[in-house]
Amino acid sequence: MVRKPAAKQSTPNVSKDELLRYYRDMLLIRRFEEKAGQLYGMGLIGGFCHLYIGQEAVVVGLEAAAKDGDKRITSYRDHGHMLACGMDARGVMAELTGRIGGYSKGKGGSMHMFSREKHFYGGHGIVAAQVPLGAGLAFADKYLGNDNVTFVYFGDGAANQGQVYETYNMAELWDLPVVFVIENNQYAMGTSVKRSTKSTTLYGRGEAFGIPGEQVDGMDVLAVKAAGEKAVAHCRAGKGPYILEVMTYRYRGHSMSDPAKYRTREEVQKMRDERDAIEHVRDMLLTGQHASEEDLKAIDKEIKDIVNDSAEFAKDSPEPPLDELWTDIYATDVPQGGAEQNA
Amino acid sequence: MATEILMPALSPTMEEGTLAKWLVKEGDNVKSGDILAEIETDKATMEFEAVDEGIVGKLLVEAGAQGVKVNTPIALLLEEGETADDAKLPASAKSASEPQAEKPPAQSDAPAQSAVEAVATPEPDQSPDWPEGTPTRTMTVREALREAMAEEMERDPTVFLMGEEVGEYQGAYKISQGLLDRFGPRRVVDTPISEYGFAGIGTGAALAGLRPIVEFMTFNFAMQAIDHIINSAAKTLYMSGGQMGCPIVFRGPNGAAARVAAQHSQDYAAWYAQIPGLKVVMPYSAADAKGLLKTAIRDPNPVIFLENEILYGRSFEVPDLPDFTIPFGKASIARPGRDVTIVSFGIGMAHALEAAETLAADGIEAEVIDLRTLRPIDYATVIASVKKTNRCVTVEEGFPVGAIGNHISAHLMENAFDWLDAPVINCTGKDVPMPYAANLEKHALITAAEVVEAVKKVTYR
Repeated sequence: MVRKPAAKQSTPNVSKDELLRYYRDMLLIRRFEEKAGQLYGMGLIGGFCHLYIGQEAVVVGLEAAAKDGDKRITSYRDHGHMLACGMDARGVMAELTGRIGGYSKGKGGSMHMFSREKHFYGGHGIVAAQVPLGAGLAFADKYLGNDNVTFVYFGDGAANQGQVYETYNMAELWDLPVVFVIENNQYAMGTSVKRSTKSTTLYGRGEAFGIPGEQVDGMDVLAVKAAGEKAVAHCRAGKGPYILEVMTYRYRGHSMSDPAKYRTREEVQKMRDERDAIEHVRDMLLTGQHASEEDLKAIDKEIKDIVNDSAEFAKDSPEPPLDELWTDIYATDVPQGGAEQNA
Repeated sequence: MATEILMPALSPTMEEGTLAKWLVKEGDNVKSGDILAEIETDKATMEFEAVDEGIVGKLLVEAGAQGVKVNTPIALLLEEGETADDAKLPASAKSASEPQAEKPPAQSDAPAQSAVEAVATPEPDQSPDWPEGTPTRTMTVREALREAMAEEMERDPTVFLMGEEVGEYQGAYKISQGLLDRFGPRRVVDTPISEYGFAGIGTGAALAGLRPIVEFMTFNFAMQAIDHIINSAAKTLYMSGGQMGCPIVFRGPNGAAARVAAQHSQDYAAWYAQIPGLKVVMPYSAADAKGLLKTAIRDPNPVIFLENEILYGRSFEVPDLPDFTIPFGKASIARPGRDVTIVSFGIGMAHALEAAETLAADGIEAEVIDLRTLRPIDYATVIASVKKTNRCVTVEEGFPVGAIGNHISAHLMENAFDWLDAPVINCTGKDVPMPYAANLEKHALITAAEVVEAVKKVTYR
């Protein structure tokens, strides 16, 4: 059983293009989320809205380890996952504003978006429900005999749900190709890991079922990617599931309406100042002389334009027509994906 | 370009708040993430962060101001070189300050329609389930269910069966007997005792395009999995704007068996029939069990298929056809009659038919309708019958509050009130947890005698 401590140094052996891509992808998520927060403040986004700011390196690093055909599924803190797998910022933002141009035609909202095309299976609002669902996606791939892997993302809070362990047991029993990614941002809403369990090494809980795992520095995109590649190789080799406990941090509250009194302002500021994943890549780009301040400014501008465009689209897209209330309750046809994947 | 900072909405219900404290002053440089102010919402005191960088130009609302409406400008954020006085803010020139969020138009009255009705047959369809002259075989419900699964697994390689003891044990109730030998362990999957987990795995496999049949050893245990049945399987198509279909069948015995007490004796028909996105089937005869299960497996939606342990061993005639299916939403008239309509489904049909026999001896001809599917419900056949008989009694095993019979009564009241000559009576199980003692259990269950009594009431005999 692999048990490793958290610290893991990034290899400097990484190409300029790769670093630039991570920088751009992470920045897109951050700026998108800031804009979403702003639109929420203006009343254009309603209900629950859980921002991913601070955790960007987790999905960007793992997407770098994925190949076409791999699937992903996550919780309600899902905007970053969608952008990282290539879903359109316009469609995501318009779903947040509840408009017809959104990925779910405005019927899902922040917590419920999907994309067959990008193999993104949601967007689930019940804590940990995505864990067996994700194992089911992997079950389908194994059944069909392809080499796809499913990334199942869940938080340290979800790690205390019973269905996670039912799923661990079956995933290992049936050697399902699934990477369980525990995004440990240290707080389940307002309850810190230490206040919810004495078994705080979450990846180690897989050991009881025979699932190997390790802890990864989630503020270092290169470390996340390297761990992701190892996990994916394990799954593709038919050896069953793998657990990555990615140590990360969310800068914002649990949702927009969380006053976050359970931690100090200094704790948050320290993470932002010292461990920020985007700043880390920015430093690597500048000190490695891969990019100039000017180059990065140009990327910043490019990202800002994408985000502003998505916000404009999300405001201009009409609300769904009333007859949408009555559509999509029952499928009348074979669902997409059924035919192409016929065994 | 100067930017107005607006009073933010910081909770789903906030319309106004108190600007408790400014944490910046005019002239301060701020960057994204810096805390600008503390704002008291209807729920808590929140820190309000800057989104853009710039210089705090003017604080437009004083600390301590109460009842500040969401979207009121509270400060100006300047770019380097600008002064607050330069910053005349024509609405069109504001980059991040958006006009007052438009309120969505008032919801006009949505059509009074339900998803059930949308798929229900408008005119009664009483065509026979199989062509006249078709040879039949006598078969138990158990054999019929097994044949349905085997035929569909043969027909579609994405169909597989999973559940507790479905494989090597040959099925807790022997429904899947022989299927492991025939289809192998890839397609007949024994699970550990983890209902929540394997219902979720099955649902995930369906989202990915397979067609799972998930067997619950009994539906009592499906309560552990009901989150996935409802929140994951039934709602995902809608939540995804039509992208993610979930073709899955959840099946197993439902309702009271015999002397197994409260935790193992409950009819869930009304529970599942309440959920838009699910289809709900509850067959009585072997022919219906076979024809409806085949339809369920082919349906692109999640289907709840409620069987009954007591009926597993009962024999019926089943048409000897190579591919026999029965459509959803088509009730069957199990016994025609002119004096009263008895509406039932599942094992309730046994009591309804027995009562009809007894009533016939007294000269009352009951028309017995087997709904067969509870979502969609074939209202048309029920209404057509009530228009003929002018009286209705419903029969089911479930609890009386929120029963299927309650729903049928309400539907008749709205749509056939003028044809009713008596109040509709709902015969149900008693409003008690199922007792173990033989005499008490018998008393808790619906009986044919109670149905006879109800019919006599509505026919004033």
